[in-house]
Amino acid sequence: MLEAQGLCKSYGSRAVVSDLSLAVRAGEIVGLLGPNGAGKSTTVAMLCGLVGAGSGQVFVGEGATRQPLTEYSQEAKRRIGVVPQELSIYENLGAAANLELFGALYGLSGALLKERVDAALKLVGLADRAKDKPSTFSGGMKRRLNIAAALVHDPDILIFDEPTVGVDPQSRNAIFANLISLRDRGKALLYTTHYMEEAERLCDRIVIVDHGKVVASDTLAGIERLVPTMQSLEIEVDGLVDLQALAALPGIDKLTQDGSMLRAGVADLARDTPALLTALAASGHRVTRVASARAGLEDVFLSLTGRQLRD
Amino acid sequence: MTTSNTLTALRALIRKDLVLYFSNRRALVMSIAAPIVIAAFFGSVFGSGNAKPSKVPIAFVDNDGSALSHAVAASLEGDTSFDVRELAEPAAIDAAREGKVRAAVVLHKGFGAALPAALLGGGEKPKAAVHYDPSQATALPLVRGLLTEHVVKALGESMGGARGSGGPAKAAFTLPYDTDTLETTASPDRPYNGYAHSFAGMGVQFILFMGIEVGVGVLLARRLGLWKRLRAAPLSRTVLLGSHILSGAITALILLAIIYTAAIGVFHVRIEGSVAGFVGIAIAFALLTSSFGLLIAAIGKTPEATRGLAIFATLVMVMLGGAWVPSFLFPQWLQTASLVVPTRWAVDGLDAMTWRGLGFDAAIAPIAALLLFSALFAAIAIWRFDWEEPRG
Repeated sequence: MLEAQGLCKSYGSRAVVSDLSLAVRAGEIVGLLGPNGAGKSTTVAMLCGLVGAGSGQVFVGEGATRQPLTEYSQEAKRRIGVVPQELSIYENLGAAANLELFGALYGLSGALLKERVDAALKLVGLADRAKDKPSTFSGGMKRRLNIAAALVHDPDILIFDEPTVGVDPQSRNAIFANLISLRDRGKALLYTTHYMEEAERLCDRIVIVDHGKVVASDTLAGIERLVPTMQSLEIEVDGLVDLQALAALPGIDKLTQDGSMLRAGVADLARDTPALLTALAASGHRVTRVASARAGLEDVFLSLTGRQLRD
Repeated sequence: MTTSNTLTALRALIRKDLVLYFSNRRALVMSIAAPIVIAAFFGSVFGSGNAKPSKVPIAFVDNDGSALSHAVAASLEGDTSFDVRELAEPAAIDAAREGKVRAAVVLHKGFGAALPAALLGGGEKPKAAVHYDPSQATALPLVRGLLTEHVVKALGESMGGARGSGGPAKAAFTLPYDTDTLETTASPDRPYNGYAHSFAGMGVQFILFMGIEVGVGVLLARRLGLWKRLRAAPLSRTVLLGSHILSGAITALILLAIIYTAAIGVFHVRIEGSVAGFVGIAIAFALLTSSFGLLIAAIGKTPEATRGLAIFATLVMVMLGGAWVPSFLFPQWLQTASLVVPTRWAVDGLDAMTWRGLGFDAAIAPIAALLLFSALFAAIAIWRFDWEEPRG
């Protein structure tokens, strides 16, 4: 439904996006992840038709309805709904008036516009606040209205740019329910976020970009298979552990110690855990608790993009 | 908290404020440039020691045609305070009414013949008339005073030996002629209403302030992501920018209509001239306002810094437009320079259609000038507008 082929974009001599390709199918949520400065915003801008690509192309639709998207292709833009990261609503226009405006920008009018406005407000749980101004809303309600503004013209494709920044767990859950409902109605959703647990929970497939390029693109399970460390261990231990010595053990990496909590990544839980515990005992440390967990998306993300600060 | 800790915190807070203020270069430039420019403006207007005063343009009408009236004309023309144009009476009065001259001095027939006798106390005083631009009434005492000087000088020269021979010179001196002073308004039964000029000047100023808000609104929309949402919609750039120009212009027109409704209803300002001309100037000025706003949106960076700079630019334009200080007080070069300031055309145009009572033909030049400035502002705005965002 939304496909990018070999997108490139440079500002001056600085290449921001290089040969980036991705696809989002109907009835699917694809997570677009990447550290700050990885080229996510520029990619999203090209996918929304805000910025023209230096080279490469974006297509929307499938089969006979497939068409290229550029800054100027109004028909293609009509099929996309954008939820910017910022609260892109008019604080002093009522909730319904905001949606009427954004619907009108997509050519809706009359009874159809009213019907779509009512439906969008109902979907995000703001039907009873239709006449109220967003300036009187909580942060979560504003976020939901921000989403409704992208839904009002009933697009096939929805692009969410970090839509849950600064919202409470209740509103976040409500937003997730909206997204899942949209996916189930056959919409294609592209979702950018810095919250890995959101991507784990919501996304059918995940694309990780770094330095303007796709470094991984797969289902969550597929992504997790990309890194050798599949499991992590949490060990409560007394005393300061010699991490360098432990890192020399086969299959052990990503060692950190925070007070009495020692964390380690292990390639094979059954094979590597006994060796680690033996080494701790041999160096005189008393182990009081051991817990294991699967390595999460965050571990994979950090493994692929590194731990160095980007900003 | 100990005194020492309090002082440390106080020092840190003061240092923070100073660093923040002085690192905001635009605000700093504004704080320094604004007083320098405005002080320089008023200094040049109200005279510095070396400044050469500008000549006051007047028209001279010699209906007398006597040797004495010729001498008065020659004497006036030789006066460095005046820029004298000799015209027929109707043209001279029109020039004053249109604001092209500050006053039209008329010496009536028989003036030269009657003056010597009047001086010696033996005859009726002849009459002169001064038709003056009431919006520039501060020029009237100057014109009357210098006219007297030149008439007396011409009379003295024509009487030759009479000067210093005693007699009448020792008597209490009275002017040997009378002067009628007449306002050049739309018609003699319509006295000058000073509110008309004030409303033109202040209306222009505050509507331009609204234009600034149009531009700052676009910058705020960029910051809030609204611009991104609008750009993502299936709208052409023309529609996006055009909507701002039109909404700004409509708002300006509504504001101007309300301001003039108050002026007409409460302060008895009247559109004495062409209503079509007034409407034309209002529309052209409304377009100027919105294109000015768009220009601000195109060249501005942050809403805060841009607002300050734009207000400063507006105040300078309004000052040069003659809304604060009559433009004849400006040095000559500044009077010439102010012709390339759109506010001058707006204020002069609104004056022309209200209290001056001029016809549509007098509105054509202001309308053309305002539309030209609008087109120029819009062209620069379109050229400079940054459509590429984000850049990272």
